[in-house]
Amino acid sequence: MSFELLEEFRDPKLCRKILDKMESELTSDLRFMEVCGTHTVAIFQSGLRSLLPKHIVHLSGPGCPVCVTHDSEVNAFLDLAVKDNIIMATFGDLMRVPGSKGRNLKKAQADGARVKVVYSPFDTLKLARENPNELVVFIGVGFETTAPTIAATMKMARDQDITNLRVLCFHKTVPTALEALLMDVHSNIDGFILPGHVSAIIGLEPYNFIAEKFGKSAIVTGFEPLDILQSLMQMVDWRNKGEAHVVNNYKRIVNDAGNTKALGIMYEVFETTDALWRGIGNIPGSGLEIRQEWELFDAKKEFGITIEEGEMLPGCKCGDILKGIKQPDECPLFKKSCTPANPVGPCMVSTEGSCAAYYKYKLD
Amino acid sequence: MSDKVLLDYGSGGRASQRLISDLFLKYLGNDELNRLNDAAELDMSGRIAMSTDTFTVDPIFFPGGNIGSLAVHGTVNDVAMMGAIPRHITCAYILEEGLPMDDLEKIVAAMGEAVRTAGVTVVSGDTKVVPKGMVDKIFINTTGVGDIIVDPAPCGAAARPGDAVLLSGTIGDHGLTILGTREGLEFEAKVESDSAALNHLLVRLVQELPEVHVLRDPTRGGLATTLNEITYSSKVCCELVENDLPVKAEVKGGCSILGLDPLYLANEGKFLCVLPEEHAEKALEIMKTDPLGKDACRIGTMTDTNPGKVVLVTQLGGKRLLGMLEGEQLPRIC
Repeated sequence: MSFELLEEFRDPKLCRKILDKMESELTSDLRFMEVCGTHTVAIFQSGLRSLLPKHIVHLSGPGCPVCVTHDSEVNAFLDLAVKDNIIMATFGDLMRVPGSKGRNLKKAQADGARVKVVYSPFDTLKLARENPNELVVFIGVGFETTAPTIAATMKMARDQDITNLRVLCFHKTVPTALEALLMDVHSNIDGFILPGHVSAIIGLEPYNFIAEKFGKSAIVTGFEPLDILQSLMQMVDWRNKGEAHVVNNYKRIVNDAGNTKALGIMYEVFETTDALWRGIGNIPGSGLEIRQEWELFDAKKEFGITIEEGEMLPGCKCGDILKGIKQPDECPLFKKSCTPANPVGPCMVSTEGSCAAYYKYKLD
Repeated sequence: MSDKVLLDYGSGGRASQRLISDLFLKYLGNDELNRLNDAAELDMSGRIAMSTDTFTVDPIFFPGGNIGSLAVHGTVNDVAMMGAIPRHITCAYILEEGLPMDDLEKIVAAMGEAVRTAGVTVVSGDTKVVPKGMVDKIFINTTGVGDIIVDPAPCGAAARPGDAVLLSGTIGDHGLTILGTREGLEFEAKVESDSAALNHLLVRLVQELPEVHVLRDPTRGGLATTLNEITYSSKVCCELVENDLPVKAEVKGGCSILGLDPLYLANEGKFLCVLPEEHAEKALEIMKTDPLGKDACRIGTMTDTNPGKVVLVTQLGGKRLLGMLEGEQLPRIC
């Protein structure tokens, strides 16, 4: 492994220069939304949020895959985890996500469920080979960033005649969700900081509707403070000129055309479907499901799992927060009955959720 | 002896005796331990620091040490953080049936080496063997005692606004090494555990500067957690300067790949020293004369602005909370 530390993208003097320029050119509020948990954390962790001019309003959208995993999806994997002869394989951040009755994977593990945290979906191949008498079920949660790797894992499993691997597919896609947000009459978003990782896969084209149909700007952005500030400055500039564009400011990683190979693999294995987003509800065409020719890998089919919309949690404002209508500290439950130890809503669940980031990083 | 640990070795019979004489006394033996009495007879008086810790680490061998050396360093350091000279430790083992005898020997040999370096003696011990699967290879408990040489002894509740916050070296090395080794990751640059006995350095520090308010080793939960404990007990705020935090480039890189924060990773050979501003320079001078403190530096100041909180002044000049984690750090999706 090699390490690239990108210190130049954290230069305090350059950042200060942009902040000052932004401050002098802002005439009214600019409400920007980021839709990637890594951006949420980067903005707080770097201290950037405490330095932003007061006219810049930072909104955290539905960018954390853990947060938007629907309650009934969580209950589905928790139900499956306690069945005999099953090893659940998962990314670490799902371990504490609460399902109904305060259940989570950590507690299931303590009760004897076999849950294995993996760093990469490819680790499940080895897990399946080493446990031929068990069924290894990988919880497929994530956006376009993770879906291709999981598709590739399924292809490798087929090539290697691994028959005891299943995928519980809850993947979601970002652009459709952004469109749903912009369609909501209550949402009040001036522009998007687009996710670096997701965009590296899907490219720029799927976002064009943001400027064309809704007249808002959207900029693919890296995760360093200078990346974020440059994009915000550009947004201010365009707003002042009455323009809106969709551009790629993260060219060192993201190709405008995306990663066609990864997309090819993803759509070879998955196809578009409707999906339930926690806190938001059903968004047509915003999910991925396993194609029929790959159904041997489909845990939903094998166990007859159906996902249904349940009741919204009383008092929880996560839906409004994910849509950028409210800020986390405007929720009556925030820091009271809803904390990282006892998360009520999705935004407090993951370390990358906006409520969790407020709780963890924001000085009162 | 068998090449594997058998249940017989914990029976109290001949097999147990062989294990004690051929292995434990060989590496850890001294006049007191060799008497094999039911309890150790110690000549101690005055104020005594005492600490106990149980060590369960996966993997049991890692770059920079193993569970044996760690079990000695951990307890010796805890005793020394009280401004005490560690004198004696006890070692109790819970062994899993089937543990390779070679592994046990390596672990006990490392403990022997560690107690000699730290200048403490093992005065009592115990071994239990449990059926396969009942523990993960080997668990070790060590308890240590030492003579407190300063009055008042350093205390987590003694930090005062205006105090300087010093750190004896780089953070995150041990935690990243353990996680990296556990996951079978090979880093381009070598990372290894910082596990070490800090008592000689600490004793010199408190002898020359009895004004030290707090000494703590940022082990489990890392620097951020330890500082939160101190600010909570002392009802002060710690303002930490991100730019001044010593993190090795390879640790930073490894953490960014694994989605971990070095501020929350365990250290096993570092300490935090909180003391009045006017003694800060002298303390750093003393720390830097010891190889274990060569990277010592000042990382922040105690203030009275946000009592009970740790505030990080970031590289950009912004400010944010540095809180405690809910539980262990978990690798992220993307």
